[in-house]
Amino acid sequence: MSKNKTILANPIFNENPIAFQILGICSALAVTSKLETSIVMSLAVTFVLAFSNLAVSLIRHHIPGSVRIIVEMTIIASLVIIADQIIKAFAYDISKQLSVYVGLIITNCIIMGRAEAFALKNPPVQSFLDGIGNGLGYTVILLSVGFVRELIGSGKLLGIPVLPLHTEGGWYVPNGLFLLPPSAFFLIGLIIWGLRTWKPDQIEEQ
Amino acid sequence: MKNESTMKILGVALVVCLVCAILVATTAVTLKPIQKQNQETDRLKNILSAGGLLTDEGQDLHLIYKQNIRAEIIDLEQGSPVPEADLPDGIQPDRFDIREIAGDATVTRPLAPDEDLAQIKQVPKYMVVYHVIRDSMVQKHIFPVYGKGLWSTMYGFIALAPDLRTIKAFTFYDHGETPGLGGEVDNPRWKKYWIDKLAFNASGELKIEVIKGQVDAESPEAAYQVDGLSGSTLTTRGVHNLVRFWLGEQGWGPYIRNLKQMNPAGQGDA
Repeated sequence: MSKNKTILANPIFNENPIAFQILGICSALAVTSKLETSIVMSLAVTFVLAFSNLAVSLIRHHIPGSVRIIVEMTIIASLVIIADQIIKAFAYDISKQLSVYVGLIITNCIIMGRAEAFALKNPPVQSFLDGIGNGLGYTVILLSVGFVRELIGSGKLLGIPVLPLHTEGGWYVPNGLFLLPPSAFFLIGLIIWGLRTWKPDQIEEQ
Repeated sequence: MKNESTMKILGVALVVCLVCAILVATTAVTLKPIQKQNQETDRLKNILSAGGLLTDEGQDLHLIYKQNIRAEIIDLEQGSPVPEADLPDGIQPDRFDIREIAGDATVTRPLAPDEDLAQIKQVPKYMVVYHVIRDSMVQKHIFPVYGKGLWSTMYGFIALAPDLRTIKAFTFYDHGETPGLGGEVDNPRWKKYWIDKLAFNASGELKIEVIKGQVDAESPEAAYQVDGLSGSTLTTRGVHNLVRFWLGEQGWGPYIRNLKQMNPAGQGDA
């Protein structure tokens, strides 16, 4: 039981997919200009990650080594299409904002990385938990970045004005840089710095 | 059976593909009706927003549409409305979707390459126009337009004031341009540049253009010019071409002329 707990909790801060494994940076830059898109993207990635890990783990004794990668890709791609279809049906406006990035979950290194590094060697339940855990780790970073970017970049949270904008008679002048992808680089850099100060064993040996 | 035998490899590949295909197909087919409805709502929303009728979230779009919009099918070449009884099958003013008829040879006319500014290959014989009516006065005419950008066909609406010269809104509701670059065609900030620009000069000549860089406010042509999007020269050119095409002779030109002749003062009634 405690082992399962570790599998679930470890990727959140100790082995965070973005901050420690440095995977999945691309989408973390692209979709975090608003909190809402960050949330939907996190859910989609967690869903794909958990079920691709589960599926790969279920058939791990039957996957021939020579076609291993393509079998994993097929499973991941199918799950991504399913996630994309669901978002298009139930969150149409958000799907328009996320545009190509949902489809690009296929190329999100976290998913392939976890299938290769964990699901191929571990039983289904643990693999599923590992998927959820890594999804949560991804979520934590995406939400933090999305929160800061939307707040500083447009003075809003989830589209609701929080800081009164100067254009509407308030005092807050939004910082447009935070709406552009490079700002996510700075924020993720700061998060990595913070995490490694808190947990020095994450620092690579020189 | 050993995992590396050819039979096993083929077998695993086949089973994985089959299972995945069934899952994907089932999801796509079951969710199709909901997605269709979303698209329809989105289209309504865009017509209403081009007409400046969308003020709050959560209004009943169908109701606002019914109360304020009168849709009419226009024969583009004649430039005149088509009575509902004479419409070909499948073309209805309130359900008109250009994406559905664009490839249908019975309701389109092929374009010669030198006429085909918007790069759409064939132009529909019929298009819908939406009249925004308030207090039985026409406030705006909303014209659907479309054309090729860099990657995709862009679909949008241009709203003209009753004088049929002044642009009141320009929006795109469907495109696949690069997010952040050409995709900025649906950015509210850029759409604002179009408001109150003049499409035609006083003698009815088509003047509107999208230029590279910023419009010089001092220039006598400034009223006819819109800033291009930086970093997306080809998308911008596509927008320029499709506007020129649709407001020109192959597109809405004849209808706009007829409409002007009927109401020289620019004050139409419904």
